[in-house]
Amino acid sequence: MANKNNEALKQPMWVNNPVLVQILGICSALAVTAQLKPAIVMGLSVTIIVAMANVIISLLRKTIPNRIRIIIQLVVVAALVTIVSEILKAFAYDVSVQLSVYVGLIITNCILMGRLEAFAMQNGPWASFLDGIGNGLGYAAILIVVAFVRELFGSGTLFGFQVVPQSWYEAGYLNNGLMIMPPMALVLVGCVIWFHRAKNKDLQEN
Amino acid sequence: MNLRNWLDSIRPNFDEGGKLHAFRSVYEGFESFLYVPNATSKCGTNIHDAFDSKRMMIMVVIALCPAMLFGMYNVGYQHYIAANLEVSFWPVFGYGFLAVLPRIIVSYLVGLAIEFTVAQWKHEEIQEGYLVSGFIIPMIVPATCPLWILAIAVAFSVIIAKEIFGGTGMNFLNVALITRAFIFFAYPSVITGETVWVVDHAICGLGANIDGLTAATALGTASTTAAVPAFSMNMVWGFIPGSVGETSVIAIALGALLLLYTGIASWKTMLSVFAGGILMALVFNTWGPDNAMAQMPWYEHICLGGFCFGAVFMATDPVTSARTEAGKWIYGLLIGVMAITIRVMNPGYPEGMMLAILLMNCFAPLIDWCVVQRNVNKRAKRINK
Repeated sequence: MANKNNEALKQPMWVNNPVLVQILGICSALAVTAQLKPAIVMGLSVTIIVAMANVIISLLRKTIPNRIRIIIQLVVVAALVTIVSEILKAFAYDVSVQLSVYVGLIITNCILMGRLEAFAMQNGPWASFLDGIGNGLGYAAILIVVAFVRELFGSGTLFGFQVVPQSWYEAGYLNNGLMIMPPMALVLVGCVIWFHRAKNKDLQEN
Repeated sequence: MNLRNWLDSIRPNFDEGGKLHAFRSVYEGFESFLYVPNATSKCGTNIHDAFDSKRMMIMVVIALCPAMLFGMYNVGYQHYIAANLEVSFWPVFGYGFLAVLPRIIVSYLVGLAIEFTVAQWKHEEIQEGYLVSGFIIPMIVPATCPLWILAIAVAFSVIIAKEIFGGTGMNFLNVALITRAFIFFAYPSVITGETVWVVDHAICGLGANIDGLTAATALGTASTTAAVPAFSMNMVWGFIPGSVGETSVIAIALGALLLLYTGIASWKTMLSVFAGGILMALVFNTWGPDNAMAQMPWYEHICLGGFCFGAVFMATDPVTSARTEAGKWIYGLLIGVMAITIRVMNPGYPEGMMLAILLMNCFAPLIDWCVVQRNVNKRAKRINK
């Protein structure tokens, strides 16, 4: 049993990463990764929501009527998203402004529904909790990698602090405007997937 | 010892286990560059045409030469006009040559280095596809484009637009245009505006340093001011500011003749791009909004910007264009229509040719599929009758 819990936590971090293997949550991965700070906040929010929702649904799993289970999952997720959104507005207002609608759109993040349907409905609360944490952190890791590259080359900053020295700009260096745009985020996610497939050869499709 | 014997004598070094094995693909690349490969097929019946892709690529490069040489001259010509200096032909050409040459070198160095590395890594032969792309890239950027930006853009497009799809012949987007699009979106300040089109500094003692030089392209002027630029023969000859190779209609026409005569470019695609452009320009003249771009006459739309260059050398790229005969008409027509539409309707992009061709590159497989399916259905109906 402990081994299974361990798997639930570790698998989604790398080998069965929700973004890289199941290609879920791509939309928000493109939208919030122009800078590191919102990307980290987004990753943490999703981690907390997915873990909590997993626990709640797992506790309710034997009482939920099968035919209305999606609605119940949505209600639980929506309630959690609203709480997180309010907390962000109260304690990290500028980040919540940067994230704008994407906090609310966590409700539609496929990772959530995917984990609730595929895992929490069949497993106990502790395993579900670990699965949620693993998936959330796996998602957050990709966001952070992409946001690091995008902010460094797109704005010359990290966490808002200028990293590229001013003398470079005077010598003719320019920020890469394409990095700020979503298409480049898609290319970067593609490159991460490329690297991931190269390391996990059994995932390569023919 | 002649060249053939010398090549044979150094060959063992590059074979498996040889000390220069890491450069096998380079050796084979140069050997087949110099000589016709002597490998023959081992089974079945094969018919080989002497006109292989290598000959085809070289033909395209030759067709590009008039536009390139004229572009070099024009770079010098625009500079000396801006500097208010009267000089003879050779300094003008020499200045332009020195201004453009570093971009050609960087384009080939970066692109071929990636091609060679990938070929060695995947144990494949070097493909000659980059010969043309590497020649086109310096022609479709301004002569002032910084070399490091060009290098990054070339690396991006060769890897992302070509090698990950399987190399030459497998790319569905035009590599040269992706390079330009990358620069256009990543570093817009070096490829748009009024300060990039004419070189403003002396090179190797030629020319002069000019402070605060501004020179807009005719399309740029039309999109920022409300006036339609007056048509002049300079727009046909090409003595106007612009990207290196795109200005001269005459020089591009010479290349077009060679491409059509040798059958490399499809006359259907080429003709229909022009037809689409003219059609859309006339539509906007009649019903369009009241701005300079919409009111510009069709012959000016055709002569200005990259329309001719794109129609002749980019839209007809046999890899990325539609391959069915009916598809070529649709594909070309839509490129012309989209290019003029983008110019008129989107004030942010005074030049629409690049985006139009890239957009239609994406749709070319769909067009081909529809044409083939229509034929299949037609024949199925005939057999069921």
